[in-house]
Amino acid sequence: MKMAIAKQEVRALSGDEAVAYAVKQSDVDVVAAYPITPQTIIVERFSEYVHNGEVDTEFICVESEHSALTACLAASATGVRTFTASGSAGLALMHEILYVTSGCRAPVVMAIVNRALSAPINIHCDHADSMVERDAGWIQIYVENSQETYDSVIQAFRIAEDPDILLPTMVMLDAFVISHTLESVKVLPDDIVRKFVGTRQIPLVKNHEGKLVPFKLDPENPVTMGPLDLYDYYFEHKRQQEDAMQRASQKIKQIHDEYGEITGRRYGNGLINPYRLEDAEIAAICLGSTAGTAKTVVDQLRAKGVKAGLLRLRAYRPFPAQDVTKVLENVKAIAVMDRSHSFGAYGGPVFHEVRHTLYDAATHPQIVNYVYGLGGRDMPQTLIHEIYKELQKILETKRVKKPVRFIGVRE
Amino acid sequence: MMSEWKFTIKDLAEKPELLMAGHRACAGCGPAVVYRQILKAARGPIIATNATGCMEVVSTIYPYTAWSIPWIHTAFENVAANAAGIEAALKVMKKKGKLKHDHVDVIAFAGDGGTYDIGLQALSGAAERGHDFLYVLYDNEAYMNTGIQRSGGTPHGAWTTTSPAGRVIPGKLRYKKPITEIMVAHDIPYVATASPSHWKDLIKKTRKGLEVEGTAFLHVLAPCPRGWRYDTSKTIELAHLAVQTCVFPLWEVVDGEYALSAPSKVIALRPERKKPIREYLKGQGRFRHLFKPEFESVIDDLQNIVDKRWRRLLKKCGMD
Repeated sequence: MKMAIAKQEVRALSGDEAVAYAVKQSDVDVVAAYPITPQTIIVERFSEYVHNGEVDTEFICVESEHSALTACLAASATGVRTFTASGSAGLALMHEILYVTSGCRAPVVMAIVNRALSAPINIHCDHADSMVERDAGWIQIYVENSQETYDSVIQAFRIAEDPDILLPTMVMLDAFVISHTLESVKVLPDDIVRKFVGTRQIPLVKNHEGKLVPFKLDPENPVTMGPLDLYDYYFEHKRQQEDAMQRASQKIKQIHDEYGEITGRRYGNGLINPYRLEDAEIAAICLGSTAGTAKTVVDQLRAKGVKAGLLRLRAYRPFPAQDVTKVLENVKAIAVMDRSHSFGAYGGPVFHEVRHTLYDAATHPQIVNYVYGLGGRDMPQTLIHEIYKELQKILETKRVKKPVRFIGVRE
Repeated sequence: MMSEWKFTIKDLAEKPELLMAGHRACAGCGPAVVYRQILKAARGPIIATNATGCMEVVSTIYPYTAWSIPWIHTAFENVAANAAGIEAALKVMKKKGKLKHDHVDVIAFAGDGGTYDIGLQALSGAAERGHDFLYVLYDNEAYMNTGIQRSGGTPHGAWTTTSPAGRVIPGKLRYKKPITEIMVAHDIPYVATASPSHWKDLIKKTRKGLEVEGTAFLHVLAPCPRGWRYDTSKTIELAHLAVQTCVFPLWEVVDGEYALSAPSKVIALRPERKKPIREYLKGQGRFRHLFKPEFESVIDDLQNIVDKRWRRLLKKCGMD
């Protein structure tokens, strides 16, 4: 059944404000957060909602990010909907609890405003903070602008809390470029969002007595959570997390689709967002706000008859390997853009993932890696043009001269 | 103040064991006794949370558990934040009419490592925010779970594996951190010390801690035969001696008002009953080296600090 597109109001919101507004509408029970630039506006706006009585959320102004995520995890284990937000050093401080949260299968939703890691201290955008957490068992969604931020936070509650998934989910937005940039954002009416996110469903699990009980801390049906778990069961529990991650691919698409029916907005298929790739011979791959600039470059190249395209990865965990392979099947030269670096590694993390995904591709495309934009270094159209120029050269020569490169840096 | 809960030992015997038999604590484990006594003070449904440590390890191992109440462990340094999250969830559930009970008590358990040291930040934050829960510190005075390493709660002179009784340095140089005073300084509604040797006092205090609104902190001495190096039959005897020597006086602070509890009040009134700390030290292998002639002065140091802190406490309790 086709649903009518809901009437939406246009508001001027920055990415941070879009997060706070989405959380406000999503009937979140507990928010625990600690401020860090440039995520602060999320916490500030939400505090205003609380102090003006616009939400009935319990807001815990914790003393650290470690406690922020812990409190969300424990509240989530008690059976309620939870949200937190962080980035950079704050996310790094949460590192330990990220694993505990996914291991406890607590569907916490978190917004990450991507910011460089110290030292030297820097408050601007790169993806180092969330890239190092890619193995923590969280679903990761990277967004392109404020509108997508709003849409993705709402979707994240549905994805994380789905009884078939139960994986914490983080939504990444670029520091300042998205977090502090005012954009026109179409917002849904409160009741439509409430209906979309619904109330949290708690699945039944077998407790230690073999009884089926709700998977939460409930005095009527006691369960033990976070027990010691050694070599006889730990591996199975980790395997189950991987199974859930695999199921999440389909679920992210499905929820993205369902949301698209209501709003008329879609970001590719929810996992990947291709741009003019249908007949492309060369393509760049990136995450986040860079895609906006890159699309303009693609349009300029297309106007000159260059068969250029762009692929933005929206989901990074689970990694959409099949979709990436399929959508790039006719592309001959690819530039993978990494806004973080793994020191000493052969290229950045997105490069690793994409290149090894395409190892078995029949066309065997040429792939080059560009590490760019660390610490908020600007990525203007001119530099993206340079990347596409190199791709045209690779297309001609069928050879990648230097597979791992840094761009926009004094060397 | 609420009316005091009265109970007999028969009442307690009839209450179910919330930490069931079959856990894997060592013979003579002080913390296991402490947990049993704490849980006897239950007044209704409880959700418990535990820091990483001995009692987390011995009470669970998947797929088994000794807990007949809902219980969660997440990490070492964050048990107070667990309690904060649980309390916030219960509060919002109540507000939205989704809580089946009128009230659910929240108890956070942690050892001295999880309280004095790595967990102090989360505890201080939760206490400042005033979450309504009882924090139980079971103090066995070292990191016993990882193999007897010193903590901020280890007493002066004690041997541990990271403060060994060496030829030059005879055990731990620093003094036990006054954690209870630190919690009093948070101006929370209830702070108390307790010992499993005085179980009635301990259970009453637990109940008070549950009954007050806001954060309550209960510091319980929990002797450890493995870490303190004594015979497993002596746990309660040593806990008793700790009170009698004023190494671990029993007192409470209700809304900022200090008061000695009966077993320590007796000593305050009749100082001749205060035993010298040698009697407490001599039964414990962790202090054995202090009885060598070259290190006997450490015993004097220890006696001095115990006396000094006792006098300070008497003053606060208006009994000097």
